[in-house]
Amino acid sequence: MRKGSDIAVEGFLFFSVLISAVLTISVFVFMLIFGLPLLTEGRLFSLVTDTWRPGNGFYGIQPMIAGTLLISSLSVIIAFPVSMGCTFLITVLAPGPFAAFLKKTVQLMTGIPTVIYGFVGIFLLVPFIREFFQKGSGMCILTASLMLALLIAPTMILFFADSFERVPLSYLRAVDALGGTPVQKLLYVFLPCARSGIWSGVILALGRALGDTLIALMLAGNAVQMPGSLSDSARTLTAHIALVIAADYDSPEFRSVFACGMVLYLFTVIEVIILRTLARGRKAD
Amino acid sequence: MNRFGEILVKGLSWGMGILFLTGISCIMVYLFSKGLGAVNLRMIFGNTPPLDAVFHGKAVFGGLFPAIAGTCLLVVFSVSLAIPLGISTGIWLAEYAGKRMKSLFSLLFDILAGIPSIVIGLFGFSLAIFLHRHFSQRIYPCLLISACSLAFLVIPYIIRTTETALEQIPHSIRITAPAMGATKLQNIFYVLVPHSLTGILSGIILAIGRCAEDTAVIMLTGVVATAGIPKSLLSNYEALPFYIYYISSQYADQQELLNGYGASVILILLCTGLFFMAYIIQKGLAYQALYRA
Repeated sequence: MRKGSDIAVEGFLFFSVLISAVLTISVFVFMLIFGLPLLTEGRLFSLVTDTWRPGNGFYGIQPMIAGTLLISSLSVIIAFPVSMGCTFLITVLAPGPFAAFLKKTVQLMTGIPTVIYGFVGIFLLVPFIREFFQKGSGMCILTASLMLALLIAPTMILFFADSFERVPLSYLRAVDALGGTPVQKLLYVFLPCARSGIWSGVILALGRALGDTLIALMLAGNAVQMPGSLSDSARTLTAHIALVIAADYDSPEFRSVFACGMVLYLFTVIEVIILRTLARGRKAD
Repeated sequence: MNRFGEILVKGLSWGMGILFLTGISCIMVYLFSKGLGAVNLRMIFGNTPPLDAVFHGKAVFGGLFPAIAGTCLLVVFSVSLAIPLGISTGIWLAEYAGKRMKSLFSLLFDILAGIPSIVIGLFGFSLAIFLHRHFSQRIYPCLLISACSLAFLVIPYIIRTTETALEQIPHSIRITAPAMGATKLQNIFYVLVPHSLTGILSGIILAIGRCAEDTAVIMLTGVVATAGIPKSLLSNYEALPFYIYYISSQYADQQELLNGYGASVILILLCTGLFFMAYIIQKGLAYQALYRA
């Protein structure tokens, strides 16, 4: 026999679940509503494939999508070997105290605000890149990718190290018993066993890179153009949202912001679905 | 596997590790060498006496105090919005949800956790426009809207930590109270929630850190470069991370730039401090302090 108060509290708990769920969906719905004029004009698709020509009334976001994909994949490519190396050190290669120190540092780095990376990047990395390329302002795709790599590396390292730790101890004992070296243990036991965890770490880091605003906004130069080389300036979807809202609040350009938002939302949904599929695979093994 | 390969893998790993540590220490050393010496009372309060600024609401010009106060207010409001919603959602997911409901809702909350913060900011911005058009002309992007948006941003963290903390409770503890005749609700509130308090608390602290550091959300929802201390929930405000971003592109002289370094040092100390606090709590000290003392 349940009391009325029990049912009331249970109702309240369920109510808050509903609110949280409605929130998630309404983020997308709001962008749909505000971008609706684009939909009814049948221009949503051309908006994504078109290029940006404000003079002719074209507000396509294709250059921003290209910029986003280029900067974030480059940063993952830079961060991956670094993260792998650090994970090898933490798990097997480094002596205990150094491994512990490295792991603590990595954990602490996850707490550093993004805006700090951008701020230091402007005054430390940008002049260096400017000297290196001998042209331009130094704010370019490479600059943003390098800083972004530093931002996402901790995510990857912690996830890799976590999946390495899940490798059964009996496997490792077997390698030791066969006289395997630490490097052999890493390459032939840890890597194959943790493959799905490694993929998850990469996808997670890619998601962080895609969604990050401040580093690209502060370091990539924000020129609207199809990126051609590493020293080119580029604008990401996230930076585009920030810049347009800050500057022209009631213009036709303004609508393109919601298209950017929808594209980013869809990236997130794809990311989450891939991560869940990988996790389910891990559980089934 | 030959000897050469062994050395190559080892060498590369050490090289990468050193590269990573060099990168991060470059940032830290640069920031602290420029900023730490510059942090003093004058930087925070300008020419206004500190006690007057804090207790008598005297305006501070050219100091960081309004930005620090704005960040603190923002954290307090958004976390107090997010805590009740996040914790009760977490409790429901862990204790009441059926298998199918759980997988559906956790898919939604995974998505909410993954949404880039700028998109959450865009949502807050359109919410402000929507409310302005349909409810009250007085609503513009402001402190309240920012606090709500930041709350949306951190709710999934609180949900996840609450849910995980509850699910990790050993079965023997879970069945003790019901065996003695406690109702499900009594079991939750007198046994399960107190037992998982450390996990929930460290989630909250991480959420505070996230609120304090996030720039993308607030720059779309009402933060401005100069506003003073906010007068009400519906006014504009300043915040530390936005101040750093603003200075990096708009600094007029060396003093302002120095303020930017100082603000960075303060923000980084705040965030790493919160991080350590969460770490210590996870180690179980808080549980002892709260329940064994």
